[in-house]
Amino acid sequence: MKNREKLLEVKHLQACFPTQRGEVKAINDVSFSIDKGEIVALVGESGSGKSVTALSVIGLNTPSIKYEKNSDISFKGKNLISMKKKQMKKIRGNEISMIFQDPLSSLNPLHPIGRQIAEPIQLHQGLSYIKSREKVIDLLKKVGIPEPEKRLKDYPHQLSGGMRQRIMIAMALACNPSLLIADEPTTALDVTIQAQILNVMRELQKDTGISILLITHDLGVVAEMADRVLVMYGGEIVEEGDVFSIFQNPKHPYTEGLLSSVPKLRGASENRLRTIPGTVPNPLELPKGCNFQTRCSYATEQCSDLSPQLVSNEMNGKVACWHPLEKVNKKVTNFV
Amino acid sequence: MFFKFLFRRLFYVIPMLLITTLVVFSLILLIPGDPALALLGDNATEEKLTLLRAQLGLDQPIMLQYWSWLTHAVQGDLGRSLFTGEFVSEAVFSRLGVTFQVVATAMVISFILGLLFAITSVIKPNSWIDYLARFFGVLGTAIPNFWLAMILVVIFSVNLGWLPATGFTSITEHPVGFFKSVLLPAFCLGSFGAAQITRQLRSSLLEVLESDYIRTAYSKGLLLWPVIWRHGLRNALLPVVTTAGLLFGNMLGATVVIESVFAIPGMGQLAVHSILQRDFPMLQGVVLIMVLMILIINFITDVIYGMLDPRIEFE
Amino acid sequence: MRYRVIVQRLYHEKLAFISLVYLLFLVVLSIIAPLIVPYDPEAQDLTNVMAAPNWAHWFGTDELGRDIFTRLLLGGQAAIQAGMIGILIPLFIGVPLGIISGYVGGVIDDIFMRVVDAMLSFPAILLALAITGALGVSLWNAMIAIGIIFTPQFARLARGQTLQVRREPYVEAAKISGSGASWIMLKHILPNIASPIIVQASFSFSLAILVEASLSFLGMGAQSPQISWGGMLHQAYSMIFVNPLMMFFPGLAILVSVLAGNFLGDGLRIAIDPKIKRT
Ligand SMILES: Nc1ncnc2c1ncn2[C@@H]1O[C@H](COP(=O)(O)OP(=O)(O)O)[C@@H](O)[C@H]1O
Ligand SMILES: [Mg+2]
Repeated sequence: MKNREKLLEVKHLQACFPTQRGEVKAINDVSFSIDKGEIVALVGESGSGKSVTALSVIGLNTPSIKYEKNSDISFKGKNLISMKKKQMKKIRGNEISMIFQDPLSSLNPLHPIGRQIAEPIQLHQGLSYIKSREKVIDLLKKVGIPEPEKRLKDYPHQLSGGMRQRIMIAMALACNPSLLIADEPTTALDVTIQAQILNVMRELQKDTGISILLITHDLGVVAEMADRVLVMYGGEIVEEGDVFSIFQNPKHPYTEGLLSSVPKLRGASENRLRTIPGTVPNPLELPKGCNFQTRCSYATEQCSDLSPQLVSNEMNGKVACWHPLEKVNKKVTNFV
Repeated sequence: MFFKFLFRRLFYVIPMLLITTLVVFSLILLIPGDPALALLGDNATEEKLTLLRAQLGLDQPIMLQYWSWLTHAVQGDLGRSLFTGEFVSEAVFSRLGVTFQVVATAMVISFILGLLFAITSVIKPNSWIDYLARFFGVLGTAIPNFWLAMILVVIFSVNLGWLPATGFTSITEHPVGFFKSVLLPAFCLGSFGAAQITRQLRSSLLEVLESDYIRTAYSKGLLLWPVIWRHGLRNALLPVVTTAGLLFGNMLGATVVIESVFAIPGMGQLAVHSILQRDFPMLQGVVLIMVLMILIINFITDVIYGMLDPRIEFE
Repeated sequence: MRYRVIVQRLYHEKLAFISLVYLLFLVVLSIIAPLIVPYDPEAQDLTNVMAAPNWAHWFGTDELGRDIFTRLLLGGQAAIQAGMIGILIPLFIGVPLGIISGYVGGVIDDIFMRVVDAMLSFPAILLALAITGALGVSLWNAMIAIGIIFTPQFARLARGQTLQVRREPYVEAAKISGSGASWIMLKHILPNIASPIIVQASFSFSLAILVEASLSFLGMGAQSPQISWGGMLHQAYSMIFVNPLMMFFPGLAILVSVLAGNFLGDGLRIAIDPKIKRT
């Protein structure tokens, strides 16, 4: 990108949930950063720690979560992890906002959507509902909702799934935040609607220059949207790189597995990444060495002894693997 | 649209009304043997018996009896007391206000305590107030209300002398006196409701606070209290609306016990007296009016629910 | 077989299991009470009235010098009987009616449900009172009234459950193989809807104890010399300014028994369906 200015920097983020059955090690030493105006995709199978990572940034994990001491999330130079609730409240919905997977359950069923969109404006800009109305209508227009004046008094159950997610986007963008976290924003939607929502997000990104952390397990979405990709597995980032190198030349066997398990014909079904044999490791008892060893066809003794560190490679990316792949993967080049 | 909804609801209430009146009327069929004899006792004269049979319409076929009872009832004529001879409708209505004041106060107490306990226990899980709320929720639904009444009378009337043990002052007469005389009976009447509301609201609040839209509310920058106030409470209160309707009926029934304990001249006491005096028209009148009140309250709670929950279509 | 699992799970619901043991103990006690009570319940000792609890009279004596402990044990009979009748009448009348209504469906079901709804809009105590009043004031009639007022609830529950299982494969299969309707209801539907009805019965048991006590307290149930906890409280109420301690034990007996029924119901519900959340 043009001017690389860091907006968010996550360093050594490590967190666990104490439960009755033991400590769930949800994320382990996760580091990454997001530049201004950048769209970064976070991909990985279900349970790999994507949501916990995202919720850490906005401070919305279950209160039982325990962060490791040297975990650090700095946003515009401020440390978010040690921040007081009162200060964090000024950032949430104002500078960082978030949209979720299921727009129906994420909207309050008893409030009209106009009020729900206006809420962050009222909260952070101190405007009354009447005064924020114009802004709400404007936002609704921006996310492509026809006749916005008439929609203000509608309730979530009266709208379609796509409309609801547009409402969520409008709500998230109400205070012109500089970072939007989108946790699987299209997973719950029909394929055609998915494309529309992605379109809306891309257009808005161009207009406002907002940075987006896009969580998904749909590589089609990644290809369409992202500048940079973080691949997550077993609570760790195993590969990082710009979208072209990731698709054309994946270094980590897991990334390769993800790519080859995507059906050629996009949209034929939900692109669930389930076709890599085996399952994600149990976060209650992570193996010694590399988390991916049991499912990896390249695994050696070394892999079961020591965890590989995330190290930079010649492609301007990073990979955590003892045996990074060399060759260009022909199979998936036609995909991008 | 809204009126259509009202209309449809009313349409449901009318058959209910018919059936409940039928139930009230057929109470007389439960009287074993000759009702007139049972009501007047064995040494009644034949003359009196005939008179009573005519008064109750017992000499007519049963459906005709019902019809004539119903048509009179619709016109507000519920017959006369067998004991004092006064009009049943007058006797009942003169006591309606007293009972209503007690029950309404009990309802207010239930809601205040229920909200207080439920919210504080949800905000501070596993704190002493949470345990107190849970303890109260279990105890309040099991304790016999007349026993509770006796305990409170011993404490607050006999020992401390703060509140009267019996009697009732109407709010229109003397507000302070009303407050003093209504506190104990309303608390005994309302403790069951308070426990119910605590239990239900506590679990529905816990459930609501786990939901996705609460997470959305936090993501907007709201803190705990505004989240509970603006997004949690109203949603959690929805099921409580229905419960409140049921509680009203429950409390109205419980007045027969509580009004007897505290010697409150309301409908509950009237019901008990009319049984002890074998005053059947009076008993029927009290039961009928109470059921009517319950049907009205249920109708109102239905409408309130419909207004609170936009997902319920009025069409 | 399934029931063994439920009993095992119930064993792990400590509170419910203790409640079950208590209730069984109460049943046995109320049967053998006349044989083991230390005093004649009517024996007056006017030299020793309103005594505080002591070694001779564990729970003290009433205003006529009668032993409260003795009367409390015997009063348990009325409570247990009320609890039993309060669930037996609904089980034998409400449940069959509910199953038939749900199984037959159509207009009969519609009318039936309206009647049930109407019955349920009467406050339980008031209706029990009115029925007792009509039948004539006595403990026996009070118990019958309690049975009657609980019937619609069981009918509604049985009907709802029947609607759920009516379309199950095993019912359809039985129909196809030519079983008669009453056979199907008895052999295929009833066993499969029994669990929630048992739970309901547990709650109704304790409610019946409460209603019986209330009616007897009002003088509409047990008549002297019949003994009932509610009646004892009535008596204690008239002595409230003189000897407030007299009301303690009968009230506690009611409270504990009602609690036991409720705990048992809660525990049974969890034992039958462990997915249910505790509250
Ligand atoms: N509140 C929580 N309590 C306990 N474990 C949790 C909690 N939230 C997430 N986890 C665990 O953390 C791991 C990562 O979860 P998540 O970030 O939701 O995965 P993803 O979003 O990639 O599907 C999972 O194993 C999950 O079970
Ligand atoms: Mg997730």
